Amino acid sequence: MYQYNEIDQKIVDERVAQFRKQTQRFLSGELSADEFRPLRLRNGLYIQTHAPMLRVAGPYGLLNSKQVRMLAHIARKYDKGYCHFTTRQNIQYNWPKLEEVPDILEELASVQMHAIQTSGACMRNTTSDHLAGVCVDEIEDPRPYCEIIRQWTTLHPEFDYLPRKFKIAVSGSQRDRAATQFHDIGIHIVKNETGDIGFRILVGGGLGRTPVIGQVIKPYLEQQHLLSYLEAILRIYNLFGRRDNKYKARIKILVRETGLEKFNDMVEAEWLRIKDGMELSAERVAAVKTHFTPPPYEANTDQDTRFAEQLANDKAFATWHKYNTAPHKVAGYQAVYLSLKAPDTPPGDMTDQQLDAVADLADRYSFGEIRVTHRQNLVFSDVKQGDLFALWQQLDSLKLAMPNIGTATDMICCPGLDFCSLANAGSIGVAKEINDALDDMDYLHDIGELKINMSGCMNGCAHQSVGHIGILGVDKKGVEWYQITLGGSSENEAAIGERLGPAVAKDQVTNTITTILDVYVKQRLEDEAFLDMVNRVGIAPFKDRVYANN
Amino acid sequence: MQIIKDNQIIDNSWHYVNEADTPSAGDISVSLAHWEKDKAQLLQHTGKLGVRLVPGDAVDTLAQDLNNIQLIELDFPDLADGRLFSLAWLLRSRYGYQGELRATGNYVAEQVFYLSRVGVNAFVPQKPDDLAAIQACLGDFSVNYQASIN
Repeated sequence: MYQYNEIDQKIVDERVAQFRKQTQRFLSGELSADEFRPLRLRNGLYIQTHAPMLRVAGPYGLLNSKQVRMLAHIARKYDKGYCHFTTRQNIQYNWPKLEEVPDILEELASVQMHAIQTSGACMRNTTSDHLAGVCVDEIEDPRPYCEIIRQWTTLHPEFDYLPRKFKIAVSGSQRDRAATQFHDIGIHIVKNETGDIGFRILVGGGLGRTPVIGQVIKPYLEQQHLLSYLEAILRIYNLFGRRDNKYKARIKILVRETGLEKFNDMVEAEWLRIKDGMELSAERVAAVKTHFTPPPYEANTDQDTRFAEQLANDKAFATWHKYNTAPHKVAGYQAVYLSLKAPDTPPGDMTDQQLDAVADLADRYSFGEIRVTHRQNLVFSDVKQGDLFALWQQLDSLKLAMPNIGTATDMICCPGLDFCSLANAGSIGVAKEINDALDDMDYLHDIGELKINMSGCMNGCAHQSVGHIGILGVDKKGVEWYQITLGGSSENEAAIGERLGPAVAKDQVTNTITTILDVYVKQRLEDEAFLDMVNRVGIAPFKDRVYANN
Repeated sequence: MQIIKDNQIIDNSWHYVNEADTPSAGDISVSLAHWEKDKAQLLQHTGKLGVRLVPGDAVDTLAQDLNNIQLIELDFPDLADGRLFSLAWLLRSRYGYQGELRATGNYVAEQVFYLSRVGVNAFVPQKPDDLAAIQACLGDFSVNYQASIN
């Protein structure tokens, strides 16, 4: 993974000093709360229901074991012994003290981490495929381009005060695991007819209050023009994006109100004026690629025979293997998911002990690297098949081996009303109730692939509008209600879920979900996944059953 | 009033004036609308001329007049309006403006490093006490990831 050079280190160190100064100016009254807000937000610091919340960047989801140990240390020293992994591959702390945040940032900088631009109306952490570089369907590894974009977006002087937040995601595979169609800019690595690597650029996607699927603005962009093209889009957005209404300020609204064709003309005209001055050199790309060379894989690891025996002899291991591993491009290696969706923990949360143990396991089994997924789990990307059994046993003892990846209890869930000042309704408690109702693993596995996403408010941090089942908490006269949607997807066949009907009361959410699943089990065709059935029959059969008694 | 220009504290000689109250001499700056309306008359003015831009202003029509302008002010209605950063970049990079480019209004010292990178070289403090903070913040970073004006 990318290792900082002197310049990278200097930037994060100077950022810490800058934020320390800003915090002092605020605490001494030289900066008002309104003036300090955009500054602290650009360092990931929100003021939340109970305490500030600090969001730390996980650059395109990559962490090393040393960094994970630092996350554990921070959880212990400055927080309540845990942290939370987010859908944008970042890490959140819910209980830091404002005056200690500069110290936290200084500790992070010592392991090449930061919280730069993890919130606020600026360019955010670039996200990507958690299986980058190891998956079998990859056109090219997206990580070097993510790093190039990370550097370009970091402390960009012209685009730090945008109309609204701005998110970029990059996918290098056939299958989109980074929800690129729901980002302000989605970048797909593609090959043209002559075999050259370039980019398909999508613009104007987004979730939140107005979910929109991104549209292709550039079917093929030559590699050397990546940054000039991004700059052209950002300049048009910065100049013309709406600033009169924060709910209409995302680039998706500018694209919609301008029309894609005209917006495209504006970007193209801007791009043509700047592109020749800022080409990405082949040398630069090659230099960044040297940070992402494959680890020293051992030969003949696929000759290991114990693995097949273990699979045959241990049903629990075989089940875990079926759900919580992914194929690897190197024979004898596999990628392993660490489920952060154990029944009794809030989705995406980890304790300091778990973090330390995971760092040790990563060193032992996966070249010291840990990845954060878009669905709030972790991945060890390079595990020998002969090590899987031992790794599984240790993950199991850490409660990180719940065989539920991609199933109904692998829910995406925001912190909700319990922590977030924006939320209208609780989410963690509801997630737990659904989890408890689906505790029969055979039933869960029979249901199969199912993505349930639940957000505690319209801001949609947990991407409910693209959940196969989406649950959205709303406030009606001080009472928590939940809107259910069906048929959303953030993958290749992107879709926004359709409202099932009137919102349901909090104590009816779990019933509603189990009723929906019951309809699915009864009416599905052989091997038909939940989303496929919804696409085939529509929402009517589900609606009829859910609202049958009303 | 004192301001920062090219990293030095200097006395300000400019006055922003409106249409009804334009003096016949002195260094004055006017709104873009005023400039466009009374350009011929303003060019007869004894003293230097400047234009004050606000975030919604387009600078492409002003581009042809840049040789007659010694000051462009970027007037921040609030610190979060980032359009002025792009206007600064356009003036310096696309239209080759060489004169003084000055930030004024409701920005904070913490933004002057970025402003200096997009070509702003003078800063009017919100309050006199901010002069030191502005000078200090101009040195917030010693390295950059991306090209801009500076």
